[in-house]
Amino acid sequence: MLLIYCPYCEEERAELEFRNGGDAHIARPTNMAEISDEEFEAYFFLRENPKGVIFERWRHIHGCGRFFNAARDTVSDRFITTYKAGEPKPVLDAEPKTPATVETYEALEGAAQ
Amino acid sequence: MADQAMATRKAPLDGLRGGSPAATVIPAAPASRVALRASAEAVSALSAALGVTLPVRPKSSASTGKRHVLWLGPDEWLVIDEDGADLMSAAASSNALHSAVDVSHRNTAVIVSGPGAEVAINSGCPQDLSLAVFPVGACSRTTFGKAEIVLFRAAEDTFRVEFWRSFSPFVFGLLSEGAVDAAH
Repeated sequence: MLLIYCPYCEEERAELEFRNGGDAHIARPTNMAEISDEEFEAYFFLRENPKGVIFERWRHIHGCGRFFNAARDTVSDRFITTYKAGEPKPVLDAEPKTPATVETYEALEGAAQ
Repeated sequence: MADQAMATRKAPLDGLRGGSPAATVIPAAPASRVALRASAEAVSALSAALGVTLPVRPKSSASTGKRHVLWLGPDEWLVIDEDGADLMSAAASSNALHSAVDVSHRNTAVIVSGPGAEVAINSGCPQDLSLAVFPVGACSRTTFGKAEIVLFRAAEDTFRVEFWRSFSPFVFGLLSEGAVDAAH
């Protein structure tokens, strides 16, 4: 089970207490009535879905109930850092290294060939 | 005229007893409870009105006699009065901006007590309940199996487990099983 550090409870808790809330730092347009359908689509539906570091909203729903943001590696599932909602994106020191033991789809496919 | 039918209030776990020699699981007596939400500016006024200093540190609680205030979140507390005092009017008398919801009958509680209490609760709860991490007076909202609970450590070997009354058969059953397992 993953342990996630809640910046409000100030300790690590089991992932069971949390819910994912989608991508973080998505700014809602202030001129919602004027933007085109394409611009609305880009804001509302289109996401990067990166392989690697992603900034996400998480909610400590079965704990303090608060939303916060987290930087997570989508390959290894490792939480790099978490920070309170409203705080700016932290500067991450370096690209986190994915341990060689992580069995990615590509690695397994490579071995099968 | 026909006799008037009288409805009697029935507590959800009335008369049940569970557990083992390691940990007893006993329904708590009825209490009044308030889900309290307020910003930092209202904390001192509410503390004075309720007669308990609202804790502002995570996982901490404060008690005066049989009235307990449990920190649930940065702006959220669960107030429990085991004597059944009127907490709503006490909170209202603070004259500070806050939200108070009477959840006395939404919640029910059991007292888990004995040397195996930690093990019994850990049968369905992922939190570390060792005394170093979860000392006496610590409290937390967390999960127990598939139900949400609020844990409060009243003494070294005694926990108060608060949960919604609709979950009470599930929580009581799983806690009792955990208490039996704790005896082995």
